[in-house]
Amino acid sequence: MAKITYVEHDGTEHTVEVKTGMSVMEGAIKNNVPGIDADCGGACACATCHVYVDAAFEGKTGEKSAMEESMLDFAENVEPNSRLSCQIKVSDDLEGLVVRMPESQH
Amino acid sequence: MANLQAPDLDARIVIIGAGHAGGSAAAFLRQYGHTGPIVMVGDEPLVPYQRPPLSKAWLKGEADADSLALKDADWYVENNCRMLLGVSAISLDRGPRKVTLSTGEILDYDVLILATGARARTLPIPGADLEGVLALRTAADAEALKAALGPGKHMAVVGGGYVGLEAAASARALGAEAVIIERESRVLARVACAELSAFFTRYHSDRGVTFELSAGVEAFVGESGKVTGVRLADGRTLPCDVALVGVGAIPNDELASDAGLNCVGGIVVDLEARTSDPAVFAIGDVTHRPLPRYERMFRLESVPNALEQAKQVACAVTGRPAPTPELPWFWSDQYDLKLQIAGMPFDADAILIRGDMAAAKFAVFHLKGDIIQAVEAVNAPPEFMMGKQLITARRPISPEKLADTSVSMKEVAA
Repeated sequence: MAKITYVEHDGTEHTVEVKTGMSVMEGAIKNNVPGIDADCGGACACATCHVYVDAAFEGKTGEKSAMEESMLDFAENVEPNSRLSCQIKVSDDLEGLVVRMPESQH
Repeated sequence: MANLQAPDLDARIVIIGAGHAGGSAAAFLRQYGHTGPIVMVGDEPLVPYQRPPLSKAWLKGEADADSLALKDADWYVENNCRMLLGVSAISLDRGPRKVTLSTGEILDYDVLILATGARARTLPIPGADLEGVLALRTAADAEALKAALGPGKHMAVVGGGYVGLEAAASARALGAEAVIIERESRVLARVACAELSAFFTRYHSDRGVTFELSAGVEAFVGESGKVTGVRLADGRTLPCDVALVGVGAIPNDELASDAGLNCVGGIVVDLEARTSDPAVFAIGDVTHRPLPRYERMFRLESVPNALEQAKQVACAVTGRPAPTPELPWFWSDQYDLKLQIAGMPFDADAILIRGDMAAAKFAVFHLKGDIIQAVEAVNAPPEFMMGKQLITARRPISPEKLADTSVSMKEVAA
């Protein structure tokens, strides 16, 4: 279990508890956090769950797979701390994680 | 433009159908500030869940009911969404705005959203009602199929579409044998080009799946009420422990057509997901909808389509501007293959293959002159992602550059 704060592009914050083993994307969908669409449900096929990971957690969110790198390479408004939130598994280590959302998910 | 009324955030909303489209509509309505009561009516016993994993992760035991659910049951309670499950709508009376349910209850609505989906097409042949003759559309179907698969078991798949191919890949992962029986001379005949069909046939064959192409199915045969084989038109019987029928889907538009709504093999809607009755919307697999990029109407069966239309209806009801139309896209996972498709190959006059089919890393582009109409990308995310942008923008490309993998997709688009 970890408390995760999702920050919409307009600054609105949503802090929710997400179960260990779920992805950061699933935590948003299950709690109806706006701004993460997740068209493909976590198959790493669409890049509609793009988030920016807060610097303090960049080492704790795991490595990007080649597929994720490749999808992100063609997403919009990509930054060095961009991730697909369906590829970040939640664990106790992510307590307090803050992720910010891009202006749009396309 | 439809008559613009002030949004009524207290409107009583009834959603018929508790699948991906219906569940997402409820979620977006709450995100967009709708405060009125929402009643959802679903004929399955489950809260809205994701169907795509049923033939993939779920069949292989890599997902469970909780992970499939879009939201936990508590969410609907906490968000004033009354959930009526195992219940269907039997009639719609649009004058007084009432829906009669299978329980006898009558629901009043201000706004009705039809999200009734599609059902698996069945085969009108002897033995179709034997135990073990299954479709793969619902969690209950997937549960029955999963129980029948395992090492040494034999699955016969009737229909070489994506569902059948995905199920065959999952069956092989579980150690079961799989044969795919297809009436046409190639798999994916209705949805993919010949080159892609050949690629998938070879990839599956190399992994132990057998194919019977140009093969008619005459009957399912069984013992003690349970399927034991599939009899082909040429007289042979292929033995099986379970038979999966994946021959397409039929839109559940009867409630709408019986109520006089405009239907043409799907409920006709506009880009706000509105039907011919301004108080009635329809979303998801059941709709016949505009595809602005292709200047035509079409019925799509996909999650992105369900989500797009769920947003459209939520915007229309809460007074937000209609969202920008999206390009249709699809995906499929088989073995280590990730297939991503963007666009529809309508009006294409040429096919261009970029990449290496033998290495299972390539994309098939469907061109109309120098405009890309659609792309089918296998383990090729750049081609899918950039292709999607180029298709949407209708931007002309150089076919010579596109065919040359030493020219990156970013350079192709430059």
